[in-house]
Amino acid sequence: MKKSFLAFVRKETLHLLRDPRTLLIALFVPIIQMLLFGFAISTEINNINVMICDPCDHKDTSELAARLDANPVYTFAGHVGPSDIDAALVDGKAEAIVVFDSGHRAQILIDGSNPVTAQSTAQYLTATMSETTPDASVRILYNPQLRSAYNFVPGIMGLIFIIICAMLTSVSIVRERETGTLEVLLVSPIRPGMIYIGKLIPYFILACIDLAAILFIARHALQVPLTGSIPAMIILSLTYIILSLGFGLLISTLVDSQMVALLISGMVLMVPVIMLSGMLFPIENMPQPLQWLSAIVPARWYIAAMRKLMIQGLCWDAVASEATIISVMTILILTLAIKRFKIRLQ
Amino acid sequence: MKTLPILLKKEFLQFRRNKLMPRLALLFPCMVILIIPLVATMDVQHVGVAIVDHDNSTLSHRISTSLDASALFSVTTAPTYADAMAMIENDRADVVLTLPRHLERNLLSGQPVAPDIAANGVNGIKGSIGSAYVMQAVGESLISATGRHVDSPSIVYRFNPTLDYRHFMIPALMTMLLIMLCGFMPALNMASEKETGTIEQINVTAVNPFTFILSKLIPYWIIGLVVISIGMAIGVAVYGLVPAGSLTAIYTASALFILVMSGIGILIANFSSTMTSSMFLMLFIVLIFILMSGLLTPIDSMPEWAQNITLAVPPRYFINIMRSVYLKATSINALIPDYAALALCALTSCTLAAITYSKRN
Amino acid sequence: MKAIEVVNLTKRFGDFTAVDSINFSVEQGEIFGFLGANGAGKTTAMRMLCGLSKPTSGRAVVAGFDVGTQTEMVKRRIGYMSQRFSLYEDLTVMENIMLYGGIYGVPKATLRERARQMGRRLDMTSDLQRLVADIPLGRKQRLAFSVSTIHRPEVVFLDEPTGGVDPIARRLFWEMIHEATGDGTTVFVTTHYMDEAEYCRRVSVMVDGQIRALGSPSELKQNFSISTMDEVFRALARNSLRSE
Repeated sequence: MKKSFLAFVRKETLHLLRDPRTLLIALFVPIIQMLLFGFAISTEINNINVMICDPCDHKDTSELAARLDANPVYTFAGHVGPSDIDAALVDGKAEAIVVFDSGHRAQILIDGSNPVTAQSTAQYLTATMSETTPDASVRILYNPQLRSAYNFVPGIMGLIFIIICAMLTSVSIVRERETGTLEVLLVSPIRPGMIYIGKLIPYFILACIDLAAILFIARHALQVPLTGSIPAMIILSLTYIILSLGFGLLISTLVDSQMVALLISGMVLMVPVIMLSGMLFPIENMPQPLQWLSAIVPARWYIAAMRKLMIQGLCWDAVASEATIISVMTILILTLAIKRFKIRLQ
Repeated sequence: MKTLPILLKKEFLQFRRNKLMPRLALLFPCMVILIIPLVATMDVQHVGVAIVDHDNSTLSHRISTSLDASALFSVTTAPTYADAMAMIENDRADVVLTLPRHLERNLLSGQPVAPDIAANGVNGIKGSIGSAYVMQAVGESLISATGRHVDSPSIVYRFNPTLDYRHFMIPALMTMLLIMLCGFMPALNMASEKETGTIEQINVTAVNPFTFILSKLIPYWIIGLVVISIGMAIGVAVYGLVPAGSLTAIYTASALFILVMSGIGILIANFSSTMTSSMFLMLFIVLIFILMSGLLTPIDSMPEWAQNITLAVPPRYFINIMRSVYLKATSINALIPDYAALALCALTSCTLAAITYSKRN
Repeated sequence: MKAIEVVNLTKRFGDFTAVDSINFSVEQGEIFGFLGANGAGKTTAMRMLCGLSKPTSGRAVVAGFDVGTQTEMVKRRIGYMSQRFSLYEDLTVMENIMLYGGIYGVPKATLRERARQMGRRLDMTSDLQRLVADIPLGRKQRLAFSVSTIHRPEVVFLDEPTGGVDPIARRLFWEMIHEATGDGTTVFVTTHYMDEAEYCRRVSVMVDGQIRALGSPSELKQNFSISTMDEVFRALARNSLRSE
């Protein structure tokens, strides 16, 4: 029994190795994306053009202009006449225009299309112009340079693992069903559960290699501190990988063609993982029903826990609830997949 | 060219017969545009402030009430700094504001005062904007306590007066849908014809390769325009977001962008032997397109080299057009460079798709 | 005029010579069997004749046009049915007919008439409106043949058309092919069922990329003084260097 199982795992590994293109993609895509996104993506605000409109020339605007230019985020983009204010905003020449009219008060016109930029521009300009900034000392904890990479590394891990694992497993099973080889396996003495486990093992190993590479890149290329418990990170990630593989299994029992399996595991899965996991958009900002919905997205818990471990440097006890939720979800998904599989057999 | 209608009829029949495709092309956009705008808010709300009040004076109380009165903050008090830190670790607070002893006394006697602010930087945006807000609020309280008048300018937000993040996201989501649907579907369609072998049967006929590629592009072109229309309809009906600019500008850009995406999809299928490998390559490209185009995070905040890479990311131009036209009613004239870039991308990707589809090996 | 004329046709993939300078010709209206073990190079040779693959050297003329230089002219005059079943499964039989007939520019009315005739002849009128996916394999293969000749090509190429069907269905299939040659269509067929070789007017046997024998089945049996084509084939394939 054990021998036939090993033979089966060997066959699955050969499938994977004989398809070098897929193998290459599955290995290198996560690494490239990790590097690219880790270095490139950030949510910081940068390069905001501010113009000044002072038709009566009655204020000293050069001081404000100089102060804007001294700030790394804001750029003084020149003066503008009152008739051109609209055009400057519409054509995107300026994100904000400070207007001094004949009266006492200044008015700031801000392009509100991007609310985040608009909010912080308003906040900055108000503070600069009204000189309300106190001598407070401000410290940013855990991520002193406010580097987005810190925030994104766990997010991208959560995204890459679930999509790659779900896609690889679901397609490999559906393909065997399409070509008819799955039936051959089912009439063999290997138990159906073993067939599934055997199918998962090579992909599990592949994902483990990805995990090692990603952690290495995070530490040495992106300089994420990884101050928390490394064993906790690894155990949690492995559980998450198993959960993702289980997801692939479940998808394979629900669909009939490779194309559908690919579309569901690739495209349909991507939206909730990017949008509802807290990877980019903070969960607490969502309306209550969607916060509940996000609770069933496994990536949410994984990303939250990994942030605590990788960036805040916390240990096991801080991520106990997330770890429990992920484990329960893993068991549920695997049970469901096996149930569905048995129903299909009948 | 006479064969084009015949091939198109075949594509539409196959699309209609497919169990998943029509649903995916209609329901998926509806779901995404209905639900995701509610989710995608990056503006900073609900900043949890833990106040460690060592002063316990009228002023320090006034500071906490003024923070508490703002809808932006939810204020809790912590007896010691260590307690406040624990709250940050448990995600119950984002910013710790420490008001030092003798704050009021020092302020009124003209001595320097230094409240201390510590913010959780894990979520960079929330950390920086949240702490800046707290600082500003504290500053205003301190100044008014000394009896000075605060002369702050009035602020007008143009184009999106209520700063509704959804208005910013809806054009982005429509872009995201086009990237996915018009990229994945043609790639899979072409790859599946390769895998089932039906493409051989087409290859032995005298069908012109350009006609055949056209018959693969046009259906997704129509689907893409339908998706855009659905998106706009939901935007108006559910979120009250009426495109400020001209529909011509939106549809012209969409028509070009869909060609870019489906051209890339077919190009990828031409280079891969199986559906799986074409899907993986497409996934790689779709993720880069979604995350590097400025759709979710600003391009301006990327490092210089990454900004240069985005010049080769076609959705960058499309999303810029969509947002400008949708929210600010920017005219086509002001966006000529973006339209030109899109047209160039469309031409390149479709030509490459047709050239690389060779009927013989 | 010969339907197919092949002179020194060669195809190399790197160092590997898949088809090694073969020569033969096929008369109009003939059923020509193209035999060979798997890997002998017969599919590659056939793909060159259909314009799916470019010859490395040599020349082949099909229906009066050169496959190397006048590929599109050749394609207008041939039909093709591959071993991988090539009707669209998610279209009905009728829709497949309209598709392929339409590609060749056959007018719709003519196609409908031919479809009716075909339905009567094969006794499959009721199948015309069914999805191809729902039709049993044996019937599907006869339909595929009829669809691949719906534009009345001068030459039809069949690549192992009867793989996986039962003997009765195979018999019906070959009867249909014989009927088709009645109006002058040339049939070029690869197979590895040696009993099927008996249905062909002439056969060639390919071993290691070369044609080792060519003639009518009875000639070949006589030359080798054996009683069945099967033994002829085995006698030739015994010396193969490309083992299976």
